[in-house]
Amino acid sequence: MKSRDLAYIALFAAIIAALGLIPPVPVPGIPVPITAQTLGVMLAGSVLGARRGALAVLTFLAVVATGVPLLSGGRGGLAVFAGPSAGYLYGWTLAAFVIGVLTQLTWRRFNLAWAMVANLVGGVGVIYALGIPFTSVYGDVSLSAAATGALSFIPGDVVKAGIASVVAVGVHKAYPVIELPRRRPAAG
Amino acid sequence: MRWGRRSADVAAAADLPRTAIELRDVAHDYGERAVLRDLTLSLAEHRVGVVGANGSGKSTFARLLNGLVVPTAGTVRVDGLDTRTQLREVRRRVGFVFQDPDAQIVHPTVAEDAEFGLTNLGIAPEERARRVDEVLTRYGLAGHRDHPAHLLSGGQKQLLAIAGVLVMEPRRVVFDEPTTLLDLTNTRRIARVIDELEQDVVVVTHHLDLLAGFDRVLVFEDGRVAADGAPAETVRWYVDRMS
Amino acid sequence: MTLSLYVPVASPVHRTPAGLKLGLLAALAVALFLVDGLAVVGGTLAAVLLLGLGAARLPWRSVLAQVRPVWPWLVLLFAFHLVVTDWHTGTVVVLRLLALVAAAAVVTATTRVTELVAVVEWLARPLTVFGVRPARIGLVIAMTLRFVPLVAERAQRIRDAQAARGAERFRFRSLVPLLVQVLRLADTLGEALDARGADAPVPVRRGRAGASTS
Repeated sequence: MKSRDLAYIALFAAIIAALGLIPPVPVPGIPVPITAQTLGVMLAGSVLGARRGALAVLTFLAVVATGVPLLSGGRGGLAVFAGPSAGYLYGWTLAAFVIGVLTQLTWRRFNLAWAMVANLVGGVGVIYALGIPFTSVYGDVSLSAAATGALSFIPGDVVKAGIASVVAVGVHKAYPVIELPRRRPAAG
Repeated sequence: MRWGRRSADVAAAADLPRTAIELRDVAHDYGERAVLRDLTLSLAEHRVGVVGANGSGKSTFARLLNGLVVPTAGTVRVDGLDTRTQLREVRRRVGFVFQDPDAQIVHPTVAEDAEFGLTNLGIAPEERARRVDEVLTRYGLAGHRDHPAHLLSGGQKQLLAIAGVLVMEPRRVVFDEPTTLLDLTNTRRIARVIDELEQDVVVVTHHLDLLAGFDRVLVFEDGRVAADGAPAETVRWYVDRMS
Repeated sequence: MTLSLYVPVASPVHRTPAGLKLGLLAALAVALFLVDGLAVVGGTLAAVLLLGLGAARLPWRSVLAQVRPVWPWLVLLFAFHLVVTDWHTGTVVVLRLLALVAAAAVVTATTRVTELVAVVEWLARPLTVFGVRPARIGLVIAMTLRFVPLVAERAQRIRDAQAARGAERFRFRSLVPLLVQVLRLADTLGEALDARGADAPVPVRRGRAGASTS
């Protein structure tokens, strides 16, 4: 890993933190106001790619775990990793990784549609696939009950996946930083 | 006289080992775009200035001198060390100060950041502490040891960036437009700091008055050295050409 | 580091090594899920609070502040269990989570960020086999703390610039210029790390500094 990669990882972790400072935005038709922090998670994967994106999220979570209250709403410390909703936090790292993998796979023909696919699968699918069972096991409730509880957050996350996709396509055009491994000419 | 050097400084400077940088047939391009071409020159002067329009290649030239950029053709040698193969030794000899101190300060607090390069050099903790104290005192930052670097003023940030490089005791320091983002007062302050350095320096700048007491000035144009000589003539030549 | 949930007081809990505290916290997390008795779970919560507010001399506000975000979840969980199972199970579930969250809060409030970073680096030591360099983990965490205020400031600057041109509220589109700015900064930061020796191999201890000054 080059120094530049370390710089990308640290600065994206800082971006995820800074997005947590934006107050929740109410969106018409959606029950809970949306916070911008998971947007940062999606962007880490779509802008930096799988490895660096996941490491940026992991770094952000490590900083939060060491007691710096950078999680949206000024939360931090180890306590947030012990609560019933901690599964969603653990899911963030994998989400950024999956988004990164999907983005890299479609990098040569990257557009809004592919970005949407990546962000919906990784940024919504993966996060809930981890968060719901975690709440279920942790809180001793049934899967369907945990899923019902999560339902009201899903529209907001779909909106965020849309925003992340638009931004990812914009950055892809203006300043792409994902470098694909050189392939044999036949595969290119 | 404004930033004039004391004779004692000059005497001290004479004791430091001088560095010589040799460029032979150097060319560099970023993909399609050639930024430097057939550059052959040697820098042994104590203080060398570099001027030129934006995009003339001077920033890439600066980065060649400590191996941040390795040329696509030709060789760069610092005291005989090739930047391509002896990068680490080259970097120990040649420090680099960037235009934007915000991109150069990596630690949250002042003292931690000043210590960063020393940790990388593998220097023992007591020696690190001694050198950090010394350099922070020299640049008036001793009172800000544990302050967040973010809260320093623009001038103080640039001083911290310089301190973080000097603490590693390089023999030559390359400055890439060190005053471009600063106001007049801070520009003067940084100019004085550069003037008082015992180390050899290379200063890339748009502020021509910085170069008044320099030993040699290079003017870059389209990736080539268009003029080279004592500051009085070269700077006048450059100003005529730009106007 | 300025921004932290650490509460600086002198206490035996503060002096306990960070690694030990984290180990005990992890053990507690496992143990709590192996027991179901109301008395055991409730007793654990009482013991944690006694430790935090008594032995560690933490102000109750600092513990409460960390526990507060979890409240809505706990209320929901309890309500769910009242309906589906019974109040006894609900109480055990809620007390168990509360005990764990409070214990985590106590560890956070009694351990400095730098100590925890050192534990993270120590935990990463086995990963050296895969080429991971633990010291770099500490470096990346430090850089993150350094750049949070800077990124926030640049974001604000972009918002101001947009406001000057008539945009009224935060536009997510403005994330594109922000990200491009930050990525450019990261490129230079990468160069600066190299110039300052961060790419050096595992540092070799040298007794004396370089002999560049005579």
